[in-house]
Amino acid sequence: MSTRRTPLDLSLLPDGGVGWLDASGPSADVVISTRVRLARNVSGYAFAGRAREGERLRMLAQVRDALVAVPSLDGSMLVRLDELAPQERQLLHERHLISKELAGLDKQHPLRSGAAVFLGQRVGMLVNEEDHLRLQCLRSGFAVPQAFEAAMRLDRELGSQVPYAFHREFGFLTACPTNVGTGLRASVLIHLPGLVLTKEIGKVLAGLQQLGLTYRGLYGEGSEVVGNFFQLSNQTTLGRSEEELQDSLVRVVRHVIEREEEARRVLVRDAGYIIEDKLWRAYGTLRYARSLTFDEAMNYLSGVRLAVGLKLISGLSVYTLNKLLIFAQAAHLAHAEGKALTDADANLARARYVRQALVSEGGGVE
Amino acid sequence: MLCDSCKERDAVVQLTRIVENAVTKLDLCEKCAAEQGVATTLAAPEHPLGDLLQAVQQHASSTPEDAASCTFCGATARDFRATGRLGCPHCYDAMEQSLRELLRRLHGNSKHVGVAYHAPVAHLVEKADSVHDLRDRLRRAVDSEQFELAAELRDRLRVIE
Repeated sequence: MSTRRTPLDLSLLPDGGVGWLDASGPSADVVISTRVRLARNVSGYAFAGRAREGERLRMLAQVRDALVAVPSLDGSMLVRLDELAPQERQLLHERHLISKELAGLDKQHPLRSGAAVFLGQRVGMLVNEEDHLRLQCLRSGFAVPQAFEAAMRLDRELGSQVPYAFHREFGFLTACPTNVGTGLRASVLIHLPGLVLTKEIGKVLAGLQQLGLTYRGLYGEGSEVVGNFFQLSNQTTLGRSEEELQDSLVRVVRHVIEREEEARRVLVRDAGYIIEDKLWRAYGTLRYARSLTFDEAMNYLSGVRLAVGLKLISGLSVYTLNKLLIFAQAAHLAHAEGKALTDADANLARARYVRQALVSEGGGVE
Repeated sequence: MLCDSCKERDAVVQLTRIVENAVTKLDLCEKCAAEQGVATTLAAPEHPLGDLLQAVQQHASSTPEDAASCTFCGATARDFRATGRLGCPHCYDAMEQSLRELLRRLHGNSKHVGVAYHAPVAHLVEKADSVHDLRDRLRRAVDSEQFELAAELRDRLRVIE
């Protein structure tokens, strides 16, 4: 494990922190990624929001010292967020490696001293977010059992070294009662353009809530839905076992994937040439536009992703599309250009980046 | 920002609609969003427990727990209602009764049936009485004007030091 100082060098991150983008997992054209996270708190300290600076730093030191006996985080990198510039924290947030709250990017969630993240191979751990520890595993595609197993292994290893706050009746204790019990939140980032276009999505989302699942936007809690990307996750964490929670997510997501595939078949059958025209227009816009806002880019990318799924466009990989989701974001564009960008400049840079990616990584002529 | 629909209340939800590839965006207040059939769980509220906390508040205000503070971190039920977050693991003992009710409403259950956990043996004795921790707790107790707790902590510090 290495401790680093500013500036942040993204190339040092294991997998660049984006191994989950490689589209190697099951159903990767529909399910971009699977995340399993476990909320844990260390016994003997106030929760991060109420703890004093000294407590947060001592807790971080205690956990860091315990990692010598935690094989899951061998070779991991400790990034002290409280030593990073806002743009660097934004980069980590855009890579889905840290939450907005931990990144401390808005007034509602100011940066906390002791805010840190351990980044390992496919597993990581946020420190001093709302809870002391958020253990997480991010995998490509629809891979709930694999992500679950890796997160639980990390949890067993760390929990044998660091005393967690655990209650005989309520289970693992968390700052917010919505996470108490298992502390488990399993989620998939899923692309559902077929259900949106056939207007079935409302019914599907309402059904999810009855089955104990909830949905959010691209960046999790509090984020809006763009580009037809939804994060589906378990709503409750207490009163059901970890296995039951993950089984029910798997079952429901499998059903949602079937509904999405059915919706795509209906679209092609009933509105074939209209859909084909729309998707090629989306591709054309991305291929030739000179300025793109993030939301525009996400919505057209959604169309191109659907076109690739329907095999209308060949030669363009899901991996390329996944990369565009991450690298067309504001902080990544600024990072690539090596300077701060105004919104207008970012829109120009985004269009340029997308054009180049589509030219160099194929796709098109049919 | 005001609600695009009623122009009266603050907007809390951004509704994005995609119809025929045209994207429209509306900023709506909770009421207008509900009228359009949009669940407002996507918005970022002050804290996600909203109504439930209010219900528990009515229950809690009639119990002695309301005024009592957690002996570890000094947080009160009032603090919890203001922030939606508990202060420390010991708050679950301090507010056990009202939390059990809240957990039932939130999760449909208050009993953990998942993985059982046993802390590593060397840590069974919590390090709560270390000088560092006691000093932190004392400062916090003074900050939050929990003077009885502060006096007790000061006595314990004297014994250790």
